[in-house]
Amino acid sequence: MKSLAELSKLRDEAIKKVDIRKERVGTRIVVGMATCGIAAGARPVLTALMDEAQKRGLGDVTITQTGCIGVCRLEPLIEVYKEGEEKVTYVELTEEKARRIIAEHIVNGSIVKEFTIGAVE
Amino acid sequence: MTKNYLTEENFAKLHEVIESHKDMQGPLMPILHEAQHIFGAIPLEVQKTISEKMNVPLAEIYGVVTFYSQFTLEPKGEYLISICLGTACYVRGAQQLIDKVVEMTGVGVGKTSLDGKYSIEATRCIGACGLAPVLTVNEDVYGRLVVADIPGIIQKYNG
Amino acid sequence: MDFYRAHVLVCGGTGCVSSGSLTIEEMFNQALKERSLDKEVKVVRTGCFGLCEAGPICIVYPEGSFYSRVEQKDVERIVDEHLLKGRIVKDLLFVDKAADVTEIETSINNVTFYKKQKRVVLQNCGVINPEVIEEYIAFDGYQALGKALTQMKPEDVINEIKRSGLRGRGGGGFPTGLKWEFTRKSKGDIKYVACNADEGDPGAFMDRSVLEGDPHAVIEAMALAAYAIGAEKGYVYIRAEYPIAVKRLGIAIAQAKEMGLLGERIFDTDFNFDMEIRLGAGAFVCGEETALIASIEGERGMPRPKPPFPAEKGIFGKPTVINNVETYASVPQIILKGADWFTSFGTEKSPGTKVFALGGKINNTGLVEIPMGTSLREVIYDIGGGIPNDRQFKAVQTGGPSGGCLTVDHLDTPIDFDTLTALGSMMGSGGMIVVDDTNCMVDFARFFLDFTVDESCGKCVPCREGTKRMLEILERITSGTGTMADLDQLEELAYTIKDSSLCGLGQTAPNPVLSTLKYFKDEYLAHVVDKKCPAGMCQDLLSIVILDEGCIGCTACKRVCPVDAISGEVKQQHVIDQAICIKCGACIPKCPKKVIVKQ
Repeated sequence: MKSLAELSKLRDEAIKKVDIRKERVGTRIVVGMATCGIAAGARPVLTALMDEAQKRGLGDVTITQTGCIGVCRLEPLIEVYKEGEEKVTYVELTEEKARRIIAEHIVNGSIVKEFTIGAVE
Repeated sequence: MTKNYLTEENFAKLHEVIESHKDMQGPLMPILHEAQHIFGAIPLEVQKTISEKMNVPLAEIYGVVTFYSQFTLEPKGEYLISICLGTACYVRGAQQLIDKVVEMTGVGVGKTSLDGKYSIEATRCIGACGLAPVLTVNEDVYGRLVVADIPGIIQKYNG
Repeated sequence: MDFYRAHVLVCGGTGCVSSGSLTIEEMFNQALKERSLDKEVKVVRTGCFGLCEAGPICIVYPEGSFYSRVEQKDVERIVDEHLLKGRIVKDLLFVDKAADVTEIETSINNVTFYKKQKRVVLQNCGVINPEVIEEYIAFDGYQALGKALTQMKPEDVINEIKRSGLRGRGGGGFPTGLKWEFTRKSKGDIKYVACNADEGDPGAFMDRSVLEGDPHAVIEAMALAAYAIGAEKGYVYIRAEYPIAVKRLGIAIAQAKEMGLLGERIFDTDFNFDMEIRLGAGAFVCGEETALIASIEGERGMPRPKPPFPAEKGIFGKPTVINNVETYASVPQIILKGADWFTSFGTEKSPGTKVFALGGKINNTGLVEIPMGTSLREVIYDIGGGIPNDRQFKAVQTGGPSGGCLTVDHLDTPIDFDTLTALGSMMGSGGMIVVDDTNCMVDFARFFLDFTVDESCGKCVPCREGTKRMLEILERITSGTGTMADLDQLEELAYTIKDSSLCGLGQTAPNPVLSTLKYFKDEYLAHVVDKKCPAGMCQDLLSIVILDEGCIGCTACKRVCPVDAISGEVKQQHVIDQAICIKCGACIPKCPKKVIVKQ
C-alpha cells in the first residue's frame, strides 16, 4: 500500500460489492417473478438489468424480485421506485428494453414512456 | 489409551517444530502447543527432548506444562465430553448435566475411563452462551440441553 | 459477475457455528446452484450478529430480512420463496418479543434488539465477510491508518485518543491515551504493542466476536498504537479456546501483509510494523497484563508486582502498550471521525459505547453495544427482551468473577465505569449474567469462588489460601452446616484478600461474595439460621414434600420413587419420609395435581 489515494481507489471498487447491505437509499427495481412472470421470460430480463447495472457501476440501485404484480397478461414487467418520484411500471419487457430502461430512466432520468403500462394499455 | 503415541514419526515432527522456532523470541509456548497437538499430550519423555534441544532445564518446562490447563501429561480418551461451566451455562443448570454424565459413564470430572474411551471435563465458557447449557463431545456441540437429553447423547458414542 | 442482486449473510460466529450454521451455509450454496441462482445471489459468511439466542441466523439483503433459528429444512423454502419469487417467508422471521407489534417486522433494522443499540465497535460484525480484506476496506477500513501515517505526527494520534477520553475496555478503565503517552516517553530502542485477547471471564465473549467478525479493525488499531508509541512489532495473545477467532485473525494478518498494510514502509512512509499471534493455554490469570507478558516470554503465567508497569518494562523487558480487543476496535474510528464524534456518545467520564455479553436468564442472549450511561432496565427489558418463563428478575452480575451483582433497586442506574464501581460491582470486560428468583445467590457466589480457587496461580498467599478458605465456608453454608461466625469470618477474609493480594485476580476475587452479602444478606441468613434455600437450589437444604391439601392418593408418586420413601393408601394423603428420600425429584412431574414441591 503506497498511498491514501490507492486505498481510496480500492475502497471505491470494493464498496460496489457490499453496497446492498447498507440502509437503502436510491433506486429500487422490482421484477415480477411469480410463475407467470418466469414463464413469460422474466429471468433474462432480470439478468439483463443486473448486467447493465453492474457495467455502469450503479451502486445505489437495488434489483429485487417480487411475486405476481397482478397483470399477468403484460408480463414480464418491472416496477421502478426512484426517490421522490412516482412508481413507474414497465410491461412486456425484453432484454433490450430492460437495458434501455437502465440507460434512459435510471441513468439519465427520463422515463421510457413507450414501455410503460399507460402506453401499452 | 493403550495405543503407542510416542512414535519415532512423532518425535521427528517435534524436532522439525523445535528447529523452525529457533529464531523466535519466547518460543516455549508455541512449541508446547505444537507438541500437545502432535502427541495429544506432553509426557515426561517429550519434555526431556524439548529440554535437551532447547537447552532449557526440564524443571522449568515441567513447571510451564503443569501450569496451563491446555497442556496435559496423559492423552485424553477417544471421546472428550466437555460440559461448559461458564456462568451463563451454570445458571441454566449445567451442574445437573455434569452429575448425569458422571453417573452414566462412571468417569469423574477431569478423569479418563480405564478403557480410554471417555474423558470428562468441565470447561470454562466456550462462548456459545445463546445455546446454554452446552456440552461438546469432541467436535460435536449439543446445546439448550436438559438432563433428559444426556442418555441419548451418550448412547450415540457407546456403539 | 461480481454484482449480485441479493446477499444471504450467514452468521459464522462461534454461537451460530455451534448450532450448525456452517451446514446451513453449505445448503444455501447447494440450493442456489441447483436453481442456477448462484450467479445472482451471493452467500456471505460473516461474524457474529449479536443475537446468539436466535441462531443460526441468516439475513437476506437488500430487504434485510432477519431469519432466526434457521433449520436445514428451511433453506429450500427461503431459496424457493424469497430468493426466487421474492416472497419473504414470514413464519421463519425473528419474532420480536420486546416490541408491541401485531405484524412481524420484516427488516433487521426494525428489531428492538438492534434499534436501541449504538454499534461502533461492532459496526462491521455481521455485515462484512471477515475473511475478505476488501470488504473491510469498503467500509472505510485502513483509512485511519493512512490518515495517521501521512497527515498526523505520533503525538497527534496520542492527543486525539486522549481527547476522546477512551478508557480501557478490559475492565480497569484506565485512560488509553495516557497509557500510550507513558509508553512513548519510556526510554528504550525497542518497544512493543500487545493485544490482550485472553478473554477469560466465563460468560463474556465480546472480544471473541470482534476478532471473529472484524479482525482487521484490531490489526489497524495495533498499527496505529505502534506508530503512536514508536514500536515495530505487535503480539496478539489470544485464548486457544477460540479456534475460529485465531484462524480468522491469522487470515487477516496474512492478507494485510500481502497488501502492504503490514510490513515495511507502510503508505510509503518510514513506518514498519509486523505482528504475531501467541496462543494462551487456558489460564484465566493470563488476562492480567504482567502474567500475559510472562506467558508470551514462555514462562508460567504468573503476575509480578507493579511498578514497574508494562509501559516501562513489558514484553522481553521492553516498554509495551497492552490494550484489550474492544479498546483497540474503537481506535480506528476515533482517528478517522475525530475525538468529538466519539465523545458525542456516552457519559462525561466514560465516553463512547460498551459491548456487553448478555446471558443467563434472559430472552435475547447475545452481544449488545450501548452508549455508556444507558440504564440497566433498557438493557434487560428493551434490548434483552426480559426474563424467560415469566420469572422474576433477581439480579445481574457484571464483571464476571471479579465483579458484583446489581439488584432490582439498581435498574435505573446509568451504566458506566464509575457508577458500577460505586455500587460494589465493576465493568469488567462486559459480561452481564442475569439470574432470576430460582437462582440462589449464595450458590452463585460459591460458583465464582470455585472459579477463582481453580484459576488462582498460587504465587501469593492471600489469594491461594484465602480464596480456598472462603470457598470452604460457602460450601458449608450451602450444605446447611454454616454458622453465624462463618458469616463474620467470610467478610473479614474478603477484605483481607482484597487488600493484600498481588494482582487483580486476587484483589477482585472476593467481590461476588461481598456484593451478595450486601444485597442478599437475607438469603445467607436463611441458609445459616433457618437451614433453607429460598430459591430452592441448594440440594442439601431442600426437602421434597407432598402438600397437605390436594393429594388425591393416585399412588403415581409412590410407584416412581426409587427408594420407597413414599407411603400412603389408595385415595389417601401420601407422605414422603425425609429420612429415606434422596431428593431425586422423580415424583414431582408424576403428580397430576402438582402438589409435590421442593421447599
